[in-house]
Amino acid sequence: MKIKVIVTLKSGVLDPQGKAIQQTLNGMGFANVKDVRQGKYFDIDIDESDEQKAKHSAEEICKKLLANQVIEDFKII
Amino acid sequence: MNSSVIIFPGSNCDRDMDVALKKFGFKNKMVWHDDDKLPKSDLIVLPGGFSYGDYLRCGSIAGKSKIIQSVIDFANSGGLVLGICNGFQILTETGLLKGVLQQNKNIEFICKNIFIKINNGENKFFENIDKDVLELHIAHNEGNYFCTEDELKSLEDNNQIAAYYCGSDGKIDEKSNPNGAIKNIAGIFNEKKNILGMMPHPERMIDKSLSGEDGSIFFENLLKNLK
Repeated sequence: MKIKVIVTLKSGVLDPQGKAIQQTLNGMGFANVKDVRQGKYFDIDIDESDEQKAKHSAEEICKKLLANQVIEDFKII
Repeated sequence: MNSSVIIFPGSNCDRDMDVALKKFGFKNKMVWHDDDKLPKSDLIVLPGGFSYGDYLRCGSIAGKSKIIQSVIDFANSGGLVLGICNGFQILTETGLLKGVLQQNKNIEFICKNIFIKINNGENKFFENIDKDVLELHIAHNEGNYFCTEDELKSLEDNNQIAAYYCGSDGKIDEKSNPNGAIKNIAGIFNEKKNILGMMPHPERMIDKSLSGEDGSIFFENLLKNLK
């Protein structure tokens, strides 16, 4: 089954790339863009038909590799 | 004294480290990341570079490689482990050191000489070192050290901050912080001070005619402390 994961920086953690994107957007005329936070998106195909089990695996995967929980949060969707 | 340098795909300071260690008298061996056993060593070095192309996060894939469990066991049994630059990033990703190295504050790759002030000399790495301000080289995109407030407090309380970025006079200020690292932190220890991770490269400062010799001071002193 396919699992989608989004990893984002925790609020309060500096995101220089997001900041640069925001400033560029402002410079391009999108004056209403107040903040941009950049994240990562993963499509994971897990060989598991039980949704609960697949989500459980995904959670372990996120905790052990995909997200560094010092600075990042993850969301399984 | 026996040392081992671990080579990951994408390491690029492994040979420099090998040259430096041998120059000052270590018997050094190179160890491939896919091996599972370490040779008998008094010091393990995780070198600088771009292991696994910095995919996912710097050091994250190397932090799960086959040899790493042996490095963790070696470190947990009190063995001396040194991580330089990408090696420092790998050590944080394995959890052996606290915090994380984030992208430099000004989103630029920094390659220049800097000065560090050694903060704690009560350990094998810096005990009895002649100078407490060293001129070393940095070359990194992700050297901006970050940790939570609680972690920072415990690093400070346990005297785990190894070195700060400073000016040539040893003054620690915002101006001498190259990458936005929290409190100008250039390197830290684990609680027992047998693991050191730092962004600056001492192995690049071992030749007077090429660069400088403050790295020589570091390696000579380290060898003396291990004897």
